[in-house]
Amino acid sequence: MSDYPIIRTVGLSGILVTFAGAMDDHANRVALAFRAAVEAEAWPEVSETSMSLVSVFVVTDLVTYPAEEIIARLQDLLDARDWSDPALPEGRTLWHVPTVYGTDLAPQLEEAAKAVGIDPDEAIRQLSASRVRVLTIGFSPGQPYLGQLDAQWNIPRQQDLTKSVPSGALVLAIRQMCLFTNATPTGWRHVGQTAFRTFSQQSDAPFALSPGDELIFPSVSAAELEKIRAGSTASFGGADREVIA
Amino acid sequence: MSGALKVLSAGPALSLQDLGRRGYLAFGLTRGGAADTLALHEGAALLGQSAELAAIEMTGMGSTFEATADTVIALTGARMTATLDGAPLVWNASHALPAGAKLAIGGVQAGTCGYLHVAGGFDVPVQMGARGSHLNAGIGGLLEADDALPLTDASARSGYFLTPDNRLAGGTIHVIESIQTTEFSEETRARFAATPFRRDPRGNRQGVRMDSDGDGFFARDGLSIVSEVIVPGDIQITGDGAPFVLMCESQTTGGYPRIGTVIPSDLPKVAQAPVGAPLKFEFVSHEEARALETRARAAIKALAGQVQPLVRDPADIADLLSYQLVSGVVSASADPFET
Repeated sequence: MSDYPIIRTVGLSGILVTFAGAMDDHANRVALAFRAAVEAEAWPEVSETSMSLVSVFVVTDLVTYPAEEIIARLQDLLDARDWSDPALPEGRTLWHVPTVYGTDLAPQLEEAAKAVGIDPDEAIRQLSASRVRVLTIGFSPGQPYLGQLDAQWNIPRQQDLTKSVPSGALVLAIRQMCLFTNATPTGWRHVGQTAFRTFSQQSDAPFALSPGDELIFPSVSAAELEKIRAGSTASFGGADREVIA
Repeated sequence: MSGALKVLSAGPALSLQDLGRRGYLAFGLTRGGAADTLALHEGAALLGQSAELAAIEMTGMGSTFEATADTVIALTGARMTATLDGAPLVWNASHALPAGAKLAIGGVQAGTCGYLHVAGGFDVPVQMGARGSHLNAGIGGLLEADDALPLTDASARSGYFLTPDNRLAGGTIHVIESIQTTEFSEETRARFAATPFRRDPRGNRQGVRMDSDGDGFFARDGLSIVSEVIVPGDIQITGDGAPFVLMCESQTTGGYPRIGTVIPSDLPKVAQAPVGAPLKFEFVSHEEARALETRARAAIKALAGQVQPLVRDPADIADLLSYQLVSGVVSASADPFET
């Protein structure tokens, strides 16, 4: 779409660069790369940056700094590069997070499989083999939105909210998964349960994940998850990590 | 460290707050901090110290406190009843708090969030760059009876007051357009600006709901907007058409459309509006908003110069006879302007 990217002010808090009007994998990769480019400029007027699914938010005090100047600089940065096939940043992490699918720990797996039109075993086979990327982190501290799953997983949110699913829940809707930081109500379906903690405030590195990291959720039994929870690796839920070059 | 402030009995929503955490938006954590940041600046001006120091935020209701060492306190924000060993204390003022004396802060008389500051600030550990609790994120938590907050070995003057900016009863809130304003029709925006709202009882540090008569406010594309960044002050319209003003502990992203953004200097007014208080939203241009913010920041800088000695009614002073009342008397014939 030639309308994008769009650069707009966000209240008096900063500037937003939007790469698409709806979730789109390419736009998400552009946003990831563009945020890295803005960070690399280290402009003194920019106090922090963040990204959502298809946009980059550049925090700057618009009371002190005229919006036009920052917008012009962002436009120059956009113009300086070809964004048609942005490389993902280096040094990202691939996480293998042990996950219990279905059972009473994740009671909506069958429902989700039915919505896709496959049987639960096939659903587990597909989900446990899907490698997904952290599209953005938001809503709660450290909480990743993960995607995208194959097109058949484009199932809608449920009509009613589930009152609460626990911390570490792997939930699914609209070709995305989300790994919950805290117990929370949700309209997404609870298909898996992990012991992964996305946010540990006492830690020197309080957030486990960064946008661009990738995750795989191999299937384990409830007994194995119980063992992980009892063990010393509980904060990362027994996850293995490897650096993606 | 020298002593502590003990919480003898805690109100329902008591927490330590400062100016919040910056730098964590990319990780889903908003700034948090005091709901009324102006009150932090006022407390700092009264005690002659930095506004970065943490104070106790008391929502709706105070608590009783006792210090184990002599200190000086300041009371700002929502006006609450306050007594020291039974003698009434003036709000928006600094007072000596002797060790062992009982400070009782009761219900709110005007506004919503009151603040208790101590000389030197509370000496609690800095966590992720701040001392404030982010209740929504689970950083820190509410204060409870028997908590003891370490005091800093610092002194401050007592017996000063400040006439606060009037922000405890609702009123006009300035709003600017933001990224999703045009998702609402011009007619809807005009009706929004013309509608008298009341603060709904549903409100906390995450957001405050606005109640009104008549129809709700709906965006054209309703619920199919891609999730986008949220900043404090954003006025989010949820499924039932009612606006929520998002506050210091808002989520970092959200899918419900936002009709506009409250300018930062008017957010304390939203935070302090008591349930039922009238509020109106007035759209201003980006340039007008910048001018209003510039003026508000200048007013904060000027606070320190506006602090004045507290002239107390002698009837309020329990130990009047212990005061030296005649020192400082000047000669009637001297020229006061002579240097």
